[in-house]
Amino acid sequence: MATPAALRFFERQARVYRHTWRGSVVSTFVQPVFYLLAMGLGLGSLVDRQGGPEGLPYLVWLAPGLLAAAAMQTGAGEGAWPVMAGIRWVKFYQAALATPLTVRDVVLGHFGWVTARLGMVAVVYVGVIWAFGAVDLLSGLAAVLPAVLVGLAFAGPVTAYTAGLERETGLSSLFRFGIVPLFLFSGTFFPISQLPGWLQPLAAFTPLWHGVELTRWAALGLPTAFPPAVHVAVLVVLFASGVWLSMVRLTRRLVV
Amino acid sequence: MNAYGYPGSVMSDPLVEARGLVKRFGDIVAVDGIDFEVRAGEVFGFLGPNGAGKSSTMRMIGAVSPVSAGHLRVFGLDPATDAPRIKAQLGVVPQEDNLDTELTVEENLYIYGRYFDLPREVIRRRIDELLEFAQLTERRDSRVEPLSGGMKRRLTIARGLINQPRLMILDEPTTGLDPQARHVLWDRLWRLKQQGVTLIVTTHYMDEAEQLCDRLVIMDHGKIVAEGSPRELIERHSTREVLELRFPVGVEPPPESAYNGMAKRIEILADRTLLYSDDAERTLAELSERGIHPEQTLVRRSTLEDVFLKLTGRTLVD
Ligand SMILES: Nc1ncnc2c1ncn2[C@@H]1O[C@H](COP(=O)(O)OP(=O)(O)OP(=O)(O)O)[C@@H](O)[C@H]1O
Ligand SMILES: [Mg+2]
Repeated sequence: MATPAALRFFERQARVYRHTWRGSVVSTFVQPVFYLLAMGLGLGSLVDRQGGPEGLPYLVWLAPGLLAAAAMQTGAGEGAWPVMAGIRWVKFYQAALATPLTVRDVVLGHFGWVTARLGMVAVVYVGVIWAFGAVDLLSGLAAVLPAVLVGLAFAGPVTAYTAGLERETGLSSLFRFGIVPLFLFSGTFFPISQLPGWLQPLAAFTPLWHGVELTRWAALGLPTAFPPAVHVAVLVVLFASGVWLSMVRLTRRLVV
Repeated sequence: MNAYGYPGSVMSDPLVEARGLVKRFGDIVAVDGIDFEVRAGEVFGFLGPNGAGKSSTMRMIGAVSPVSAGHLRVFGLDPATDAPRIKAQLGVVPQEDNLDTELTVEENLYIYGRYFDLPREVIRRRIDELLEFAQLTERRDSRVEPLSGGMKRRLTIARGLINQPRLMILDEPTTGLDPQARHVLWDRLWRLKQQGVTLIVTTHYMDEAEQLCDRLVIMDHGKIVAEGSPRELIERHSTREVLELRFPVGVEPPPESAYNGMAKRIEILADRTLLYSDDAERTLAELSERGIHPEQTLVRRSTLEDVFLKLTGRTLVD
């Protein structure tokens, strides 16, 4: 039986991961441990003297936000460097397109793999949060799906952005001026109600904020600003338009 | 349709057929209305200087670059609508290596086989054969990066053969390699030819084209300026022999008029003078009778290089 073409490209990505997983697993574990130690326990001990947000210990409140932020970083990263490698550094996109695979297959296989990576990262993250005693396991696992969705909502547009980039400097700008500010100001570390009034609606437009609302809702049962379906819809639309735009831009770039 | 059940499987049908084929990039006309046919079992060459439009033509045949105008059929199929079916039966060696540097030698072949949806056992078997063919068996588990240029090219060819293609297109397979590596590579291509694989090859190297190609076209500025077997082209456009003269650096070479009546054609190039005649030894003898004494002389047979010079007014090798 024929293997769907996108799955064959997925297989290539998985193959490459077999060479790199050791390094990647270490950072996947180490990152949440460091953040939860420094922010959750360290900073948290200060915050909790005033009473944590929503009446929760700061560590507990923070952890799902960190999960969403980690998913954002993974998603954005997977939409950036591997895509640049596919187009320019290694040119494995061109190599694949000389075979029966089409741009569509490559793009779908790419996002399939990104989904798998996000799943791994989110599950590990939840495991670490659970080990810190900041969530019970089932509620934590309930946040995996929203986290994957956050990651995809970033991977989609970032892939489309990278597809049109001539030089890789555009990638560091994206992270410096896009991803890092989102990480700091989208309600991960403090509720956006703490921001100056004029910034609050702006924060509510950022995709990460929708994701943070969802992961806190899923893991802690906290109320969301809008109905959860609205937050989900925002992220799905971002992802879907990213996929579509990635196909358009990669076709323009590679099929000339 | 035919007895074999799908178009293009009858031996006498051309594998590739182009009529008035055009490729434009914005205002640049890279391929300017060319006609050619490639038949099963032959080695077909595209010769031409930089920018002639060879790669653009190869990429259209490979169904990775849309045709701007004209008619193109590969295996009787239209690349605009049947690209995956065409590519399934094609082997491609692009001008620029795009081996997967994130994988090993073996994995490069394996993953490519998977792209063609070959069963894993079939791929495993073919990998052994192809590594042998490419003389890379010892480098099986190596990454691609440390391989020499010649090894990378051979791996690219092996990769292109994983799906046992009916047609292989090779865009300058030997450019940039040292003579030894070139020799090994052309020997591999020779074997493919003997196994009956149809090859389309572009090259800058006339000697190789002369030995390997059954038929070839010479391209210049997007157009085909001549077509035929190497022997036909030489017979049609050049003399049997050539006398090459080199004069000391800084000395003005004699003008064309100095050779009046000695040769059928005279070319005065920056570094040498070429006298085309059917008996170059006699021309050489006449030369000293006329009191012309070059620093170096060489009597040789005409090559495709001479055909190219005649047709385009330029030398081919940069
Ligand atoms: N993607 C592209 N965009 C714009 N122009 C292009 C593109 N590809 C090729 N060209 C132009 O088309 C013309 C033909 O290029 P092509 O690569 O087909 O020539 P070639 O015969 O393969 O040359 P070479 O021997 O240098 O490989 C050149 O003028 C080249 O600059
Ligand atoms: Mg070329």
